[in-house]
Amino acid sequence: MNIETIANPKIIIKDLNFYYGNYRALKDINLSIAEKMVTAFIGPSGCGKSTLLRTFNRMYQLYPQQKATGEIMLDGANILDSKQDLNMLRAKIGMVFQKPTPFPMSIYDNIAFGVKLYENLNKHDMEARVEWALKKAALWGEVKDKLKQSGTGLSGGQQQRLCIARAIAVKPQVLLLDEPTSALDPISTAHIEKLIDELKEDFTIVIVTHNMQQAARISDYTAYMYLGDLIELGETSTVFTNPKRKETEDYITGRFG
Amino acid sequence: MNAMLNLYARRRVINAVGLSISVLAMLFGLFWLCWILWTLLDHGLSALTPVVFAQMTPPPGSAGGLLNAIAGSLMMTLVGTLIGTPIGILAGTYLAEFGQRGWMAPITRFINDVLLSAPSIVIGLFVYEVYVVKVKHFSGWAGALALSILVIPIVIRTTENMLRLVPSTLREAAAALGAPQWKVINFVTLRAARAGIITGVLLAVARISGETAPLLFTALNNQFWSSNMNQPMANLPVVIFQFAMSPYADWQNLAWAGALLITVSVLTLNVLARVLFRQSATTH
Repeated sequence: MNIETIANPKIIIKDLNFYYGNYRALKDINLSIAEKMVTAFIGPSGCGKSTLLRTFNRMYQLYPQQKATGEIMLDGANILDSKQDLNMLRAKIGMVFQKPTPFPMSIYDNIAFGVKLYENLNKHDMEARVEWALKKAALWGEVKDKLKQSGTGLSGGQQQRLCIARAIAVKPQVLLLDEPTSALDPISTAHIEKLIDELKEDFTIVIVTHNMQQAARISDYTAYMYLGDLIELGETSTVFTNPKRKETEDYITGRFG
Repeated sequence: MNAMLNLYARRRVINAVGLSISVLAMLFGLFWLCWILWTLLDHGLSALTPVVFAQMTPPPGSAGGLLNAIAGSLMMTLVGTLIGTPIGILAGTYLAEFGQRGWMAPITRFINDVLLSAPSIVIGLFVYEVYVVKVKHFSGWAGALALSILVIPIVIRTTENMLRLVPSTLREAAAALGAPQWKVINFVTLRAARAGIITGVLLAVARISGETAPLLFTALNNQFWSSNMNQPMANLPVVIFQFAMSPYADWQNLAWAGALLITVSVLTLNVLARVLFRQSATTH
């Protein structure tokens, strides 16, 4: 499967290369991300899957040594273009990290922080938005009586759902999840997987995962990467049962990696 | 089997020897510390009467207290901290958040390290030369200025270190929401490092509240009550220095009382700083 065969692409990547200093971490990546679907990136450590994810919101720009070349088209505009407004891009593309990253402020303020960057809501509307985001992230029931308490006091799984709520409160179109469950216990992981399944109604989701079962469970499309190359992209069921490439088969059957 | 037992026995002996040496070294250090504290309490407690807090420093042979010196010390420490803290926090923030590239940050960091270990008497002489000589009199302002120069490098160092302890993923998370860098720093990283930075400020206050040398050349001393920062100002360290060296028994007693006061306040500040820092360590 290649770029053309994905019916409704939200993001189209063409000839993407990525460099850490002189090291080329991504090599001529071409792929599409389907709208309102879950696309999973799998592959052994160091294959470039997180690097690829971090180009979608130009996270790498925090670090002067890192750069990307090529095209990443989102709604017809190249987000790698230097004219692209970074803050507006990040309003459209939210991100959740491997380790939960609650800000050192109350649960309410954690959610409101991002919203305030783009919208000037009155108290009532902001409260409604916070409630909406927390409900979307399946956290409302657990925190509705302690919104004024610190976000850092929650459990790991709750913190991660808080981070998801914070990301969707801004109402992005795309949600990037960088190994969102690798620091969590199985029950919290199940919570988040269920959540991802619900969230794809509204958001285009790209998830990096080390856990192949997880990719198989929750994703619609799977991309297998190795050493900076995109080896195979296809519908998840096909990639896991009938991969086209020998390398993919070796990896998912555990003969390699 | 026997060889294994021998090896184990040898390791136990080495462990016992190492542990004994460490404990002895610890006891040696602790012994002097306890002796110092004991002497201080022994002489200081008997001299620490309510009069100490109620009366001014006396001429030799008459009764008196340390009120003017206590007040002077508090004022100069406060002003020194108020001048030094914002500069230190801002500079430390620059080093931690913007000091990744360019030549400014490494040089600043180096100079700051030099300043951090500079003998405080040099700072006193510096302020004497550039301020006291120019205005032609000793003053509380000069003392506060000298103290603030001691505060700055300490606060810079702790602010930078504490900000670097904030995980970069937290910065990334805020940036990923589209927050501009100044908001990331103000609302997320500085806030996450807040307890550590306050600890640094408290340690700086503790450091300057016992400094004698920088005040000797700047605030000098004052036998009388004065809240005018533009005049020479009494302060505990210099009073202790003068009174302890004098041949008069009542002056010496007052010096002990002053020394106890400073030690207790420095100790309190240190404990407070530790408690604060530990609390922040458990909530993160």
